[in-house]
Parts: sequence; C-alpha cells; structure tokens
Amino acid sequence: MRRACFKFSWIAAALLAPQLLIIFVFFYWPSAQALYWAFTLEQPWGGGNTWVGLENFRKVLSDPYYWSSVRVSVIYALATTVLAMSMALTLAVFVDRQLAGYRAYRVAIIWPYAVAAPAVGLAFQFVFNPGAGIFSYINAVAPGWWDLSRYPWQAVTAIVIAGAWKQVAYSFIFFLAALQSIPRSLTEAAAMDGARPLRRVLDLQLPLLTPTFFFLLVINITDSFTDSFGIVDTLTGGGPFRATDLMVYRIYADGFRGFDYSGAAAQSIILMLLVMALTFVQFRYVERRVHYT
Amino acid sequence: MNINNYFKNCRVSVIESAHKDAVLDHQQPIHTETGKMTQKLATAALVLAASVGSASAEKIKFEYWYGLTGDLGAVVAETCNRFNASQDQYEAVCVGQDGYEKAVQNTIAAFRAGKQPTILQAFDAGTADLMLSGEFYPVTKLMADTGVKIDWADYFPGIANYYSSKSGEFFSMPWNSSTPVYYFNKDQFAKAGITEAPITWEGLEAVLVKLKASGQGCGLAYAPSSWIDLEQFSMANNVPVASNNNGYDGLDTTLLFNTTLHVKHMQNMQRWITEGLAKLRTQASGKTARDSFLEGECSVFFSSIADHNTISKLKPTFAWDVQIIPTYEGVERKNTVVGGASLWVLSGKTDDEYKAAASYLAFLATKPEQQFLLENSGYIPVTKSTYAALKAEGFYSKEPYINRDIAMKSLTWTEPTALTRGIRLGNFIQIRAEWQAEVEAALAGQKTMQEALDTAVARGNELLARFAQTYPGKSFP
Repeated sequence: MRRACFKFSWIAAALLAPQLLIIFVFFYWPSAQALYWAFTLEQPWGGGNTWVGLENFRKVLSDPYYWSSVRVSVIYALATTVLAMSMALTLAVFVDRQLAGYRAYRVAIIWPYAVAAPAVGLAFQFVFNPGAGIFSYINAVAPGWWDLSRYPWQAVTAIVIAGAWKQVAYSFIFFLAALQSIPRSLTEAAAMDGARPLRRVLDLQLPLLTPTFFFLLVINITDSFTDSFGIVDTLTGGGPFRATDLMVYRIYADGFRGFDYSGAAAQSIILMLLVMALTFVQFRYVERRVHYT
Repeated sequence: MNINNYFKNCRVSVIESAHKDAVLDHQQPIHTETGKMTQKLATAALVLAASVGSASAEKIKFEYWYGLTGDLGAVVAETCNRFNASQDQYEAVCVGQDGYEKAVQNTIAAFRAGKQPTILQAFDAGTADLMLSGEFYPVTKLMADTGVKIDWADYFPGIANYYSSKSGEFFSMPWNSSTPVYYFNKDQFAKAGITEAPITWEGLEAVLVKLKASGQGCGLAYAPSSWIDLEQFSMANNVPVASNNNGYDGLDTTLLFNTTLHVKHMQNMQRWITEGLAKLRTQASGKTARDSFLEGECSVFFSSIADHNTISKLKPTFAWDVQIIPTYEGVERKNTVVGGASLWVLSGKTDDEYKAAASYLAFLATKPEQQFLLENSGYIPVTKSTYAALKAEGFYSKEPYINRDIAMKSLTWTEPTALTRGIRLGNFIQIRAEWQAEVEAALAGQKTMQEALDTAVARGNELLARFAQTYPGKSFP
C-alpha cells in the first residue's frame, strides 16, 4: 500500500473550502436540524417545540405499516438494483462487442439518465395505465387482470420496472467504460484459445469488472432507497392501500403533506442509518470478494 | 485497509494560528466646512427625491400566494389584474404555487425564513396548524383596524361558521367555495323509467337497480372520497365525525366515525360494488369517475359543484343535471358545509401591506367580483345579497348555470348545528389519508369495512393525540 503524506497548506484549504461549505450547508446543517427535530414535536409554523425524547422513534418503529414500508423499500431496492445492473451489463456487453448500430445505442441508452424521476413516472403511467396504456391490451384479452389500483404486486412491479429503467443508463456508462478498459489482447487471447463470447464474458470480463460491479451496487442501492420518490408519487401515490409506500415517500407524505415535521425527521434518521448500515455491510463483506488490479 | 495506515508514518504538524482581530478605528474627524457642504447637498437631494416620489406615487405592493392551478389559477391571476386596474393605490403581486398543498408548504418554508406573503389561499384541511400557531391576522380584525367595511352578517352561515372562531370572528376570507352534489345522466335515467333524482340513499339504490335492469352497465361511478363519503355525509346526516363537536371544543378529540351511520354507508357502497350497481372508477384504476360519466359509461357520480363548470365546458352528448347529496331515510337532514379554500392574512407584515390586503379582500367580496368568479368557475356565491341579486337577475335560469345553485340548497338546508359547523381536526390531511388507504383495502377485499374503519379511527386517534401533544395547553380559537 502506498503511503501518502500531506502537509497542511492554506491553498489546499482555500480550494477545499467552497466544497466543504456546500456540504456543511446542504448536508450537515439539515441533518443536524433533522436530528434535533426527531427528538421533539415541532410546530410547523414555528412558535416552539416540545422535547419528547425517543417518542417519535418509538411511534414509528411500533407501527406495523412502517415495517411493511421498510420491507417494500428493501424489495424495491434489491429488485431495481438487480434488474438495472443486469440490463445495463447486457447492453454494455453488446455495445462493447460493437454489434451493428452500437454507436446509436450508446447515445440512446445514456439518455434516460437525464430524465427526471417524475417524468419517468408519468411516462410509465401511460405504459401501465389499466384503461388507456400499453398494458390495457392485456385487459382487452383478460378483462380486469391488470389493475394497479387493486393488486399490490402489480403496483410494486410497475415501480420496480420504472425505477430500474431510470437507473440502467448510469450503470451502463460505467460498465461500458470498464469493459473498454479491459485490454483487447486478453479477449483476443481467450478467443484464440477457443472461448466463445459468452464464455469470455463469464470467465474473463466479469471477474475483471468486479470493482465497477461493487461501485455500482453501492450507488444503485443507495439511490433506490433515496431517489425513488418521484416515481412513486406520479405512478402509484403510495397505493394501492400502502403497497408502494416506500420509506422515502412516507417521509414526504408525513412531513410535507401532513406537516408532521418531527415524525418525518425521525423517519429520515432511520432511513439514513439504514442506508449507512447497508453500505457498511457491502464494504465489509462484498468488497472482500472484489479484486482491484 | 485501515484508513489510519495512511497516516502512520506521517509527521503531523499542527499549525497554530492566533487570530488577532485588529480593530480599526473608522471614525474620522469631519472637517467643518466640508460637513456643512455635504449637509446642504444631502438636503437638496432629499427634497428632490421627495418631489419625484410624490409625482409618480409609489404603489403599495403586497404578495398573494394561491394554490389553484390551470384555468382556475388563471381566474385568480385575473382577479389580481382587475384589482390592480380598479385603483391606483395598491398593487397585488399574485404568485401561483401549483396546488393547495404546495401553497401551504411553500408558505410555511417562507414564513420560517421571514419571507411570507401577505395573503395565502389555504384549503380547509391544511389550516389547523395555522389556527393554533396564531400567526395570522383574523380578517374581521384586519377590516376593523384598516377601516374597511364588510357586512359579515351577509355571509351564508354554513360558510361563515366554517371560517370563523367560536366567538364569530372570521379567521379568513371565504372566497372559492363549493359543496358536493351528484351528477346524473338524464337520458339514461329516462330510459330506465326514472323521473326524479332521489335525495335518499335508499332512493338512489332503487334508481341504480332500475338502471341495471335497463341494461346500463355501470350505474354509479364510485371513487372513495373522505370529503364526500365521510365529512359531508356526516354533516347532512347529522352524525359526528369526531368527539368535542367535531373537534371545535378542544384538542383532546377522538374520532367516532367507526360507530356512526357512516359505517352502514360504506358497507352499502361496498355491497353496491359487489352487486354491480356501482363500479370503482379512480385515477389509479385507469379512468376517473368524471371521465366515466362524461363518456356515458356510468350514469351517476359524486363530486364538488365546482365540476359543474368543467362538465358544461366539455359539452357531454347527453342531457345531465345535478342533485344534492342524499341522506338516509329517517334521518333529519342538515346542511352540508363548504369546501374549497379561503384567504388567510399572515402575521409579520407592515401596516401598509395590511391596508392593501384589506382593500383586495373587500374588492373580492363585491358582487361584480363574486359574479366574475362564478362565471369563470363552478364555485358558489358566498354572500346572501349576491346570491339574491343573481337570482333576481335570472343568472341561474340561463345555461350553463341552470340548477348550479342547488349547492346553495344543500348548504342552507338548515342553520348549522353543533355537529354541522364544520370539522376542526389536527393532522387532518393524514387522517384523510388513513381513511382513504383503509377504505381502499376494504373495497379490495383485504378486510371488512368495519375493520378498515376501526383501524382508520385507531390510527387517526394517534395522530390527534400527537397533534394535541405538539400544541400543549392550546385550543382552537
């Protein structure tokens, strides 16, 4: 391992200052505020608050609907991550093999990342609408079979697909870059040894991709916990009967819609701890299997 | 990899820096002659500025944040233009906030930063916190303080009670007001041999049975709505939603709707769906109740009278009409209450801004301005004199306003009683959401309606207790 030594430098500090200031203003300060609110009952229009200790946390954690919200959030995070990363990897492998029209694909696949989550939700609202959308053709064959307002599993599937679609682009860019940094000579050598494309992907490219894989896993999981709000809000609104009430959506509903700032703050702290714990687990256990070259 | 390894062999140097604040003395001796000169110049400049100022008569500006969007948002913006054109003392700066909820959210954020507007258009369910915070200027007091005359007794009691304190002082200015009704397809009613739109639930069930018998696939397009099925239903049927006279008499309120006629009503709705008399029509299921009605797919749907204007504009291909919401047989029918929003004046602004705001609110209350709102929306008049004048002019016997004033009938059926003044509940938006989610679960067959309402009440009561705990020792004014 390399050892690095840094001497304190005013120039370095000055260059760092704007970034640190931004992190302070937009992360540490609000987080500290949320932490404080989580232990109080805050009146939305100001005018004081009441210290309640762990009451907010007790209330949230003793709510059976909160636990179903945690469960569906975990399902959503895992499902979108697996789906998004496998689609991204498949597409990246195809583009890397320079199949016909790969330049066009490369640009086209990157675009979805620039689409805002609510817009994705709206687009998929059309796709999944049981009455007028693309999925309404299913209902033409089997009336009433596809109905987001009745069947929780369908609503969850819908947000998972929409969420994964949005995340494919990001993972794709990283996978493609990683694939292209694998020396051609390795692939060619494997090909000369008689390995077919699928075998080369499994035995050669995937092992070399593990650092990228790990990075994307962490980013995707974090992202699906914290950035799913827009899709849920436009696509299902948390329904039917709370089936898609993801943790981050609940925070919005309680805090902004219901003006329960303290309850929302407590939930934010729990979500933050959960994401931190998951990231820790990933670094502790998954990263062991990653080989940096 | 331990991050400490990186630093193991490093020599850590601590730079100690002592800051000494050099305090400079900025005071400079003023040279007497230059001083005099400066003074003279300054005086001249002041005089000049004053004369220029009075010549162009700076208008007093105030901000108004509103929640209405789309066509209705344009109507709000137009009232501001009309106000600004009507006089040259004040200027209303009106800013749309993209929805009632966002208007309140944004105002809270602005308020906490000391940048709130003078007037906020807020919807009923979002104002419990505002009432208890006391951070508003009751309009009765505002008008008295600024010397603007408003005849408060002219407001319909059903509206006045909703927006005023126990002592009868108006908190906020009623403006865009509505109440629920049901819309029905006259052609399909005639085909089924129905001559009259019933005003009892039993009568409506008979109608739906006849409609089904006549081959109409969907009688009632049903979308569960806490506002209609719970709140207005309880008003009309004179049953409580919550204890303490629906929350007016204290914060230690508990919900009661799992023990009242409301349960039977919701069970009936569920039964109607099972029996094919009604169909669920919500946005999530692909088609709203209103769209099903407009397409002629369903014969009846419940909504605010504000939709009257929308439906007229969309010109359905069939004859249609409206009727007041039904009550159950054997119930002594009472008035319904207003929905919509009212205009709140917030604290922390200047006297000039308050004068301007008072002038704008008084302007909105005039007959021509109420009429302007009615002609461009489906809302109802808020004062008796305006309603009487419009009726006398034959306003409600012309298309497209025919029968739109049936809402007034519902609203003024009786004088408001202790149970039909309105509802004052904290965390009301979340309570509505609990009701909605539980009822949806029951309609999907996940639990019985009674279980669903019991759960909604239990969870709602926790929200109410939490609200009371947030405002210890306070009660609604």
